[in-house]
Amino acid sequence: MDRERRAAAREAEAAARSSYGKLVAILASRTRDIAAAEDALADAFAAALTQWPRDGIPANPIGWLMTVARRSIGRAAGRRRTAEAAESVLRMLDDERDEAKPDSFGDDRLALMFVCAHPAIDGEAQAPLMLQTVLGLDAERIAASFLVSGATMGQRLVRAKRKIRDAGIAFAIPDPGEAPARIGAVLSAIYAAYGTAWEDVTGADGKLRDLATEAIWLARLLRQLLPDDPEVMGLLSLMLHCQARSAARRSATGAFVPLDVQDMTLWSRSMIAEAEAHLRSAARKAAPGRFQTEAAIQSLHAHQRMTGERFTGPLVRLYDTLARFAPTTGVLVARAVAHAENGNPAAALVQLDQIPDAARYQPFWAARARVSWLSGNEEAAWASARTAAGLSNDAGVRAFLLAGGFRGRVR
Amino acid sequence: MHYMLLFNEKAEELGKRTDSVKAEAYWGGWTAYMQAMAQSGVMVSGNALQPPDVSTTIRVENGLRHVVDGPFADTKEILGGYVILDVTDLDAALEWAARAPCVSAGSVEIRPVLASPAG
Repeated sequence: MDRERRAAAREAEAAARSSYGKLVAILASRTRDIAAAEDALADAFAAALTQWPRDGIPANPIGWLMTVARRSIGRAAGRRRTAEAAESVLRMLDDERDEAKPDSFGDDRLALMFVCAHPAIDGEAQAPLMLQTVLGLDAERIAASFLVSGATMGQRLVRAKRKIRDAGIAFAIPDPGEAPARIGAVLSAIYAAYGTAWEDVTGADGKLRDLATEAIWLARLLRQLLPDDPEVMGLLSLMLHCQARSAARRSATGAFVPLDVQDMTLWSRSMIAEAEAHLRSAARKAAPGRFQTEAAIQSLHAHQRMTGERFTGPLVRLYDTLARFAPTTGVLVARAVAHAENGNPAAALVQLDQIPDAARYQPFWAARARVSWLSGNEEAAWASARTAAGLSNDAGVRAFLLAGGFRGRVR
Repeated sequence: MHYMLLFNEKAEELGKRTDSVKAEAYWGGWTAYMQAMAQSGVMVSGNALQPPDVSTTIRVENGLRHVVDGPFADTKEILGGYVILDVTDLDAALEWAARAPCVSAGSVEIRPVLASPAG
């Protein structure tokens, strides 16, 4: 009996993990009410945990959860007053009757992802909303990753879901004309979720390590749902390249280890190989974009280390391309460093001076330290490194800068 | 769903209504736009509004009526008109809003109409 109960609990958990987003997407697509879909799913999972150990695991666990959740939404709607809400629920229940087989529902997760990254949704809420609705992560955990309080994140998510329901944002795949921009928004949201984890260079925070994995999971899902989009391949490749090096980015004592001195035996060769394969598939589409370019840059960095060759010229060209696709402060700073590494520190300093509003941006000062060093201005390099250290919230990075890490490998 | 599109125009844009040179193009654009919505069957109702210099604002405080000349607040954009549309979702409303003549000389706000409670 105990073993039966554990098996049922495992089955419910497995169904939850693999199908949460699918179920939310289907349940909310008619009513546009994500919060109600989540509540109903929570009821269904709770029912599964009590009934499955007693009655056995149903033949189609996901179909079972779906049916129970739909009934729960129906009951909740019955208590609601507005005719409009009741009408959409009735349509949904009609759909249920029309379905020949209980496991025949399609995958609405792509539509759900487009809803989460709709331009009418607050930009700050898009990535968290996707993590919560597609993957089922709870608000507390998402809040910790995005460095805001649980209450703030909770409010942000509630507000976004209310907007989707009350402003009538459709669960639909955008028209071809609009699709590239909308896919771009989905990719940016996934990258924001990953970037949050990546900034935690210490890797000490288990929650953030998980978030990187979750973001990659989302990109893999998108790769599956939009198999022909080269930018989707590019994003997945980029994240895999970064993730492949995660174990090498810190020493045993937590010190920051820059790319050029990382222990390559700690790199994940399988992830690098997969990243390269996605990048090659993307290249065959001959439609370059921001994420493909970023992935190509990471690929070159990896090859530089693995072959011992210097690819500073190609890197400059890639950074110039990237700056055209996405002229963000971060990209412009990185581009200047690439120019300096390619033997042109004077031009790099001019580029840095032209970046607006970078005075409190930590990477700007770290870059300035490196570029000043390469241009032979040692005093300016140390001064910039001290400013960068003062702006860093990471002890390992601070120590690296104050010890003159900007000088590169000291031979 | 019903949405209200609020057409906000800059003062300069609103001034074209009475500008002997620009009025024809101004009204031509709006008439074509309103007709397109009416013909496609999405328009529930809608009107252009007279400019805020003929507007009057009233407020009642402690039983006293305070009537003032002009709109409540001075803003850079002026509500020049509105329509109520019946469309399936926000994207459809956005598509219509993006065609409004004032969308590049002002802005269009899209508000879902609050559904009345079922009787």
